[in-house]
Amino acid sequence: MATVTVDGTDSTDSTAPPTSLVGHERSALSWALADGLAVTWRNLIAITRIPDAMFFSSIQPIMFILLFRYVFGGAIQTPGIRYVDYLMPGIFVQTIAFGAIGTAVGLADDMSKGLIERFRSLPMARSAVLVGRTTADLVRNVWVIILMTGVGYLVGFRVHNGFFGYLAGVGILLLFSYAVAWGFATIGLMASSGETAQLMVFPVLMPLTFASGAFVPVATMPGWLQAFARNQPVTAVVDATRALMNGGVPTGEPVFRALAWSIGLLCVLAPIAVARYRKAV
Amino acid sequence: MTEAAISVEGLRKKFGSVVALDGIDFDVPAGSVFGLLGPNGAGKTTAVRILTTILTPDGGRAKVLGRDVVKDQSFVRASIGLAGQFAAVDENLTGSENLRLIGKLTHMPRHLIKARVDELLERFDLTEAATRPSKTYSGGMKRRLDVAAALVHRPPVLFLDEPTTGLDPAGRADVWEMVEELVTDGTTVLLTTQYLEEADRLAEQLAVVDHGKVIASGSPAKLKATIGSTVIDFGLSSQAAAKRAAKVLIGLTTSEPIVDGKTVEINAKDGAKVLPDLLRALDKARIKPTTINLREPSLDDVFLALTGHKAEEEAA
Ligand SMILES: Nc1ncnc2c1ncn2[C@@H]1O[C@H](COP(=O)(O)OP(=O)(O)O)[C@@H](O)[C@H]1O
Ligand SMILES: [Mg+2]
Repeated sequence: MATVTVDGTDSTDSTAPPTSLVGHERSALSWALADGLAVTWRNLIAITRIPDAMFFSSIQPIMFILLFRYVFGGAIQTPGIRYVDYLMPGIFVQTIAFGAIGTAVGLADDMSKGLIERFRSLPMARSAVLVGRTTADLVRNVWVIILMTGVGYLVGFRVHNGFFGYLAGVGILLLFSYAVAWGFATIGLMASSGETAQLMVFPVLMPLTFASGAFVPVATMPGWLQAFARNQPVTAVVDATRALMNGGVPTGEPVFRALAWSIGLLCVLAPIAVARYRKAV
Repeated sequence: MTEAAISVEGLRKKFGSVVALDGIDFDVPAGSVFGLLGPNGAGKTTAVRILTTILTPDGGRAKVLGRDVVKDQSFVRASIGLAGQFAAVDENLTGSENLRLIGKLTHMPRHLIKARVDELLERFDLTEAATRPSKTYSGGMKRRLDVAAALVHRPPVLFLDEPTTGLDPAGRADVWEMVEELVTDGTTVLLTTQYLEEADRLAEQLAVVDHGKVIASGSPAKLKATIGSTVIDFGLSSQAAAKRAAKVLIGLTTSEPIVDGKTVEINAKDGAKVLPDLLRALDKARIKPTTINLREPSLDDVFLALTGHKAEEEAA
């Protein structure tokens, strides 16, 4: 690794070329963490600067809670569990999955505005742009889950498996959201603009969230659809979250399935995103 | 100083079947301003992206401060600043947050960042706007912030890709002043532009690029001397008349007249002096120009003179 002397004193000698202030006194891994954190910080600030976007993106999931709780809920039979308790884990997964649109849009915007071009000319870690984006979105998801839990409580949702059951459920949700974010990062890097990115992710999200056990029991679907719904990640994560938050059923098998899906997706999707980033611009 | 801060040798880059760089060569002496002059699609941005390690070349070599841009990426990145073709600032961050972010990402020692950011805000006249999100800035302010961001870590070599494209005359004058100031700091600057006037004003040396090739290089004065310092356009009633006029005018100035539609274009060392001779010759041949226009040569004229074709617009 090249070393450039750090010259703290401002040289006023007008003929000498400026001395770069770049320092290299830390290990590559610690710089990668520092750079990832710096980009996370930047993305979080950006989120707080557009509070209206945050506000309106919360309205949609709240509408879904009200719609399913009060309009469709009465017609949906969920043996052994109150519908509102059945529904809320589905809402959590749907909200964080759709929230990953922000990951794609954010990266597509950074690309089209030339920010990624600049980042790639800096002596920063190559991983930082993707790590910073996905981590900021993870932090945002913590907030989103807390907010949706609050709204859920107002319409009758209760956690029946204790605080640790709830926390474990949140952990499963966050891990899944992180895996999805890395997948959507690739879409964001491929899209020519934020708007295009948004249009590209929609056809992926709709079948995954609705043809799942998020809102209705899979058993009520036609056989061919059940085959899909039973074997896709959203159902796995919803089942695990529901088991952890609601209790009363064995949690081992659904939690294992959810972890396997999320970790598997992360291991496949993250390298694809990184490879795409290397070729970006 | 004779040592080259940037040296480029036979650089090639293809995108699919599009040849963006077809073997270009140039050297930039340390502490000087060098201009890459060329129309849209000439390959300027591609050259800058290779020199700033964003793209890898298909062939040839490029060095910054004596280090290869492919093999020694971390050294090169630590030594350069880049202000790309579009102002790359985060619109949601304030001016000072944008600069601080670059300070962190270039791994500057923490205690130096704040002082350096304040110094740059002051220098680029952004102190007052420093705490506002940069989406509220004017085009000129965004450009200034963008260039300031390229300078945070005080790189000895700076790349400016079309720094004034899209700016109003006041913004353009700002950028020019700023570049002139940088040179007094000893910074080596490579800038790309589509405007001969800009290259003339700022660059000590320049290379004219077309279709990925350097078609002329040297000082702006030398380049202008080869095509004459004034351009005279005669507008005629028809293309046939223009062709006849061109024949009449051959030999009266150092360069050949060029017919372009109904216009005849002549490059002359001293337009005002030769104009009466030219008019007399036309009068003798009973050709009456409908318009006469005397002006400074533009990039188009340079291209016409050097290649015999106009600078074509291609995809940016
Ligand atoms: N990423 C890319 N993919 C495909 N073609 C490109 C890409 N970048 C540039 N080109 C093409 O390469 C040529 C040179 O482009 P560029 O270097 O941007 O020129 P300039 O900056 O002088 O306008 C153009 O024909 C352009 O269309
Ligand atoms: Mg360009």
